[in-house]
Amino acid sequence: MKKTLMGASLAVLAMATTSQAQDVLRIATEGAYPPFNNVTADGELVGFDVDIAKALCAAMERECEIVAQDWDGIIPGLVNNKYDAIVASMSITQERLEAINFTAPYYSNYLSVLGKEGSDLTLEGLGDVAIGAQRSTVGSQWAEDEYGSRADVRLYDTNPAAVSDLEAGRIEAIVMDFLPAAEVLNTTSGLGYIEAKIDINDQIGIGIRKGDDELTDAFNAALETIRADGTYEAISVAYFGTDIY
Amino acid sequence: METMNSFLGPLAFGSTGWGDDLLRGAWITITLALWSMTLGLVMGLGLAALKLSRFVLLRWLAESYTLFIRGMPEFLILLIVFFGSDQLINASLSAFGSEARVEVPKFVATVAGLSAIFAAYACEIFRGAYLAVPAGQIEAAQAVGLSAGKVFRRVRFPQMWRYAIPGLGNLWMVVLKDTSLAAVIALDELLRISKLGGETEGRQLTFFAAAGALYLMMTLLSDLGRAWAEQRSRRGISGT
Amino acid sequence: MYQDLKFAASDGVCAGLSPVSGALFKKFCPRFIDGFAVTIELLVLSSILGFLLAVSLVLGRMSGRAVLSWPANVLVYCFRGTPLLVQLWIVYFGIGSFGADGLGALWVFFKNPWAVGLLVLVLNTSAYVSEILRGGLVNLDKGQMEAAQSVGMSWLTAMRRIMLPQAIRIAWPAYGNELVLLMKGSALISTITVLDLMGQTRTVFARNFDLNTYLYAAVFYLILAGIITVFVSVVQRNFSKSRLS
Repeated sequence: MKKTLMGASLAVLAMATTSQAQDVLRIATEGAYPPFNNVTADGELVGFDVDIAKALCAAMERECEIVAQDWDGIIPGLVNNKYDAIVASMSITQERLEAINFTAPYYSNYLSVLGKEGSDLTLEGLGDVAIGAQRSTVGSQWAEDEYGSRADVRLYDTNPAAVSDLEAGRIEAIVMDFLPAAEVLNTTSGLGYIEAKIDINDQIGIGIRKGDDELTDAFNAALETIRADGTYEAISVAYFGTDIY
Repeated sequence: METMNSFLGPLAFGSTGWGDDLLRGAWITITLALWSMTLGLVMGLGLAALKLSRFVLLRWLAESYTLFIRGMPEFLILLIVFFGSDQLINASLSAFGSEARVEVPKFVATVAGLSAIFAAYACEIFRGAYLAVPAGQIEAAQAVGLSAGKVFRRVRFPQMWRYAIPGLGNLWMVVLKDTSLAAVIALDELLRISKLGGETEGRQLTFFAAAGALYLMMTLLSDLGRAWAEQRSRRGISGT
Repeated sequence: MYQDLKFAASDGVCAGLSPVSGALFKKFCPRFIDGFAVTIELLVLSSILGFLLAVSLVLGRMSGRAVLSWPANVLVYCFRGTPLLVQLWIVYFGIGSFGADGLGALWVFFKNPWAVGLLVLVLNTSAYVSEILRGGLVNLDKGQMEAAQSVGMSWLTAMRRIMLPQAIRIAWPAYGNELVLLMKGSALISTITVLDLMGQTRTVFARNFDLNTYLYAAVFYLILAGIITVFVSVVQRNFSKSRLS
C-alpha cells in the first residue's frame, strides 16, 4: 500500500490540469477505509464501494474513472467539480444534504463502540470519559449529539491514530462504523466491543452535486438494476458473506 | 547493504523497508520549499516595490497584506488556501462565463500558501535592503547620468542582496520547516510518510525520530549553505 | 469546576455577541470562544514557562562548563532545527505509543494531550528565546562582567543583576516577534486532539464545509496578534522611559 501512495502522489503532482465532466464519469472514493475502499500494492483502488461503483457504471453503460480523495476534502471536491459523484460509504446526513444531494441508499450503516477488552463501560457512562472518533464522521457527530458538544470527545485525523490512542489508554472508547470496527477487532488484540451495533438510522448514499438531478436519477435506476439482477448481492457476499443492503 | 538493512529494521531501503520512501518524502519536502521560496522571492520583491511606492493606496495594500499574513497561523493560511483556492478560481471562471473547471493539486496549493507567507516576510527584508544601499552611491550614479532604471539595475539591485541574504537565509529555514504542515492535508512529504510508516509498522517513535533526524540534516546543510552565501555576498567589501 | 466556569464565561460572551453575530457564528459561537480560551491559556502558560526555561538554557550555554553548555546547546539546536509539528508528533504519538506500561508514572502526564502540547510549546519557544537572549548577551560590553566580578559578584549574580536585564531590553523587539510566532505555532496542537481555537474551527468546518468558518478563526487570531503587539510595545515604551531616568 505504501508504494502506491508515493506513486499516486507523484501522479497528482504531474497533473495540474483542468477537467471537463462530459463523457468520462469521475467518481471519488477515499481509499483508506478497508474493506470498503482502499489501495492495493499495485496502486489499484479496490473494495466494496469500488466494485459497486464499477457495477453501477456498467449498468449505466458509462465509462468511469475512480479517483482517491482524502475524507476531509471529499465534499468540497465534489462541490468544486473535481469529480461528479462520491461512492465512499458516505452517510446521508442533514448537514451534508445542505451541501450536496444523495441517491437512494445503497446500504445501511450502524455504529460500534470499541473499548479495551473486558472494559465495564456502558453507553451511559461514555459521557464521563474520554472517547475518540475520526473528525468529520457520523461517529463523531453521534458522540457530540449524544454526549454534548463539551463532552471529552477527541477528534483524530485518521482512524488508526484513534485506535493506537485507545490501545495506549489515552481514551476509553472509540465510536466508529460497525464493519470497519469488526475489521479493527480482527487485526488488533486486546480490544473489544462496548456496544456492537447501534442503529442510528444511518443510510449510505452516493453523493451528487446539487442540481445534477439527471445523474442522480441515472444512479438510482442503475442501483435498481444491479439489485434486481443479483450483481449487488454477489459483490456483498464476496466481501461480507451476507447481503448488507 | 544486507547488514545495513537489518540494522535499519523498518527503515531499511528497498521493497521491504521505508528508508527509500522517507528519502523520497524528504525530496518532496525540499522541492516544496524550493518552489515556495522562488515564488515567495518574486512576490516579496513585488510587495517591497508596492511598499516603497509613492502611492498611498498601494503602500496601504501591501502593509495590510503583510499585517494579515503575519498575524495568522501558517496552518490556518494553508487550510484556507487548500479548501478555498478551487472555490475562488472556479467562481471567477464562472464570472467570466467560462465552463472550464480547474482543480488545484495539493502540491500547488501548498506552494501557493507557503510562498504567500514567505513573501510577507521577504518584502520587509527587501525594503530594508533597498534603503540600506548608501544614498551617496545613488546620487553619484545619477550624477554621471545613469537613468533611473539603470541606477536600480546596476547599482541598487546587485547590492541589495548583500543586505538581504542573512534575513532570507532565516526565511529559508522557516519555509523548510513549514512544509511539514502539508502532512495534515495528506500531501506525501517527509512527515506524512513517517506517519504512515509508523502507523503501519507500529513503530511511531522510530519513524518520527527518523523524520526529525532528516529535518535536522536539511537544516544543518542549509546552515552551511547560508554561511557560504553570506561570505560570498561580502566579497570585496572592506571592514566586514 | 474551573472547566464549568470557563464554559459559563464563554456562554456569557456568546449571549452578549448574539445580537451582532451572523447565523453561522451564532450556531457555533460557544465552540469558537471555548477554543479561544484554550489558546489564550496555553499561550500565557507556555510563554511564561518558556521564558524561565530559556533563561536557564542561556545561563547553561554561557556558563563555559561543558557539562552544562553541551546539553543546552544540543537541545536548542534540535528544537530550532526541526519543525514544531514533528516535535509534537514525536512526543504525543511517538513517546505516547508506549502507553501506561512503558511510561509508568509519567503516563499521567503523557496521557493528557493538553499537557503534552504545553510541554512541546514550552521546549520549542525556550529554544528560540534562549537564542534571542544569547544574541543580546554577546552584544554587551564584556568589561561589565569583568567589573562586576572584580567587585566580588559571582558570575551568576552578575548575570542575573547586570547582564540579563540589559540583554532582555536589547532583545525585547525580537522577543515580541517570537511571542507572535508562538501564538501561531500553538494552532498545531489541534493535530493532537486538543480543542484549541484551531481544533474547534476544524471541527466546525468538518460539519458545515463553510469557508467562512476559517475566516472567523482568522479574525480571532488577528485580534490575539494585535493584543500581543500592543503589549510588547507598551513594555518597550516603559523600557525606554526607565532608561532616560
